[in-house]
Amino acid sequence: MKKIYLDHVATNPLLPEVFDAMVPYLREEFGNPLSVYEYGMRAKAAIEDAREKVAGLINAKPAEVIFTASGAEANNFALRGIALARQNEGKHVLVSRMEHHSILNSARFLEKSGFAVTYLPVDKKGFVDPETVKKAITKETILISVTHASSEVGTIEPIKEIVKVAKEKNIIVHTDAVATTGNIPVDVKDLGVDLMSMAAHQFYGPKGAAALYVKQGMRIVPLIYGGIQESGRRAGTENVPAIVGMGKAAEIARAELQKRMEYIKPLRDRIIDTMAGVDRVYLTGDRDKRLPGHASFCVEYIEGEAMLLLLAAKGIFSASGSACSSKALKASPVLLSMGISSSLAQGSIVFTLGMGNTGEDVDYVVNEFPAVIKRLREISPYAQGWGDREGGGEECTVKE
Amino acid sequence: MDHFTNPRNVGDMADADGIGTEGNPTCGDAMKIYIKVRDGRIVDAKFKTFGCGAAIAVSSIVTEMVKGKTLDEALAISKEAVAAELGGLPPQKMHCSNLGADALKKAIEDYRSKQK
Repeated sequence: MKKIYLDHVATNPLLPEVFDAMVPYLREEFGNPLSVYEYGMRAKAAIEDAREKVAGLINAKPAEVIFTASGAEANNFALRGIALARQNEGKHVLVSRMEHHSILNSARFLEKSGFAVTYLPVDKKGFVDPETVKKAITKETILISVTHASSEVGTIEPIKEIVKVAKEKNIIVHTDAVATTGNIPVDVKDLGVDLMSMAAHQFYGPKGAAALYVKQGMRIVPLIYGGIQESGRRAGTENVPAIVGMGKAAEIARAELQKRMEYIKPLRDRIIDTMAGVDRVYLTGDRDKRLPGHASFCVEYIEGEAMLLLLAAKGIFSASGSACSSKALKASPVLLSMGISSSLAQGSIVFTLGMGNTGEDVDYVVNEFPAVIKRLREISPYAQGWGDREGGGEECTVKE
Repeated sequence: MDHFTNPRNVGDMADADGIGTEGNPTCGDAMKIYIKVRDGRIVDAKFKTFGCGAAIAVSSIVTEMVKGKTLDEALAISKEAVAAELGGLPPQKMHCSNLGADALKKAIEDYRSKQK
């Protein structure tokens, strides 16, 4: 059977060149970068080379790149590290409702630690309005964190405009660029942000390597204390092979970025345009200002996990923000924050394309997906409409 | 898995003797079970379900399990029995089998209330 991986927002496969670059550091080059003899010196040199390549991808200086183990760690580090460093100047933080759990749960941690947090609303397309940001700013505001693009709906946020608003008040801006770095042009100077998170496995690098960009001169309190690794800002023996892989993946992404976007966008557009012809299937997020490989929908009257499983039975691997597909059994807060009803949000399905996908894959998907929808609607009691059930109002309690 | 990919007894029943609905689409699962009763026994059952794979599989197996059972036997079907018949359900999906047992119970209650 065909196997079509359309969940690149979850993770990407490793490029063979990246794998090859990593192998020596899993074998003979096992040295600890802090060691002063040759093994250590070579490992240290490899990390610094990777740092340069990652910095090159985002137009930063190498010293502004701090390696972490995951995008989630980079997000935690940014929020907690800046809040703690700046708490004497104010104790108010702004985050959008579109953020990844690693931002939202860090924000909740800050709330418990005595900070005030404002959760910025988004519009129907998933945009954070810079004017809303402006209005939410108080004298106490020290940090604003808005994602560069939501992995769930693909909308690319107006970070430059948000930075403009923030800089009028000298407020620090962080953006979670995990979904964008290596997939669209990401330039920290152009965006104007002070901090930015990224993860290697989102651009064909390995899991276990990620980074936080911290603008030169910015004080940040570490998340992990210990030795002097990463200039004392992130302790722990470095994951040398993964960092080397991230460097190689960044180097290739920089060289191939335009080619990747040009390849992937038409495939995405074909999925979006074909699905636009299917009854009661709605695109989520903005049609144009979206990630190049991202096609996300809400399908009325059926549930996302059932779609996902039937698609998987046909060899198509996708994602959903429905309650059943989440471990928490709650519908996606991102979709709800966009004003999508909780019934419709259950019908969420997300296809994210990568360089391994072909036109044939897309043909197969746009052929099979409507059949899956039709089938599940035949089973659904609501195929003729939500009737009186749409309003909800009933408590969603999971009975034990 | 088979009961999800090839569910049995999908459909509406125009002349149902009892109908039970449980759940709510806003929560992700809603089930409607129809039963036909002759001489105190369930002779046919159909369902329509909005929900995840487990919810659909549960609806399918419940409608299979009740056929030929007396109403009291059908009422005694527990969520554990439903899950066991499916070969087990992961803990976070156990509420789906609960939903199936509850929808069935409501269908039987609906039938009994019409008999009075």
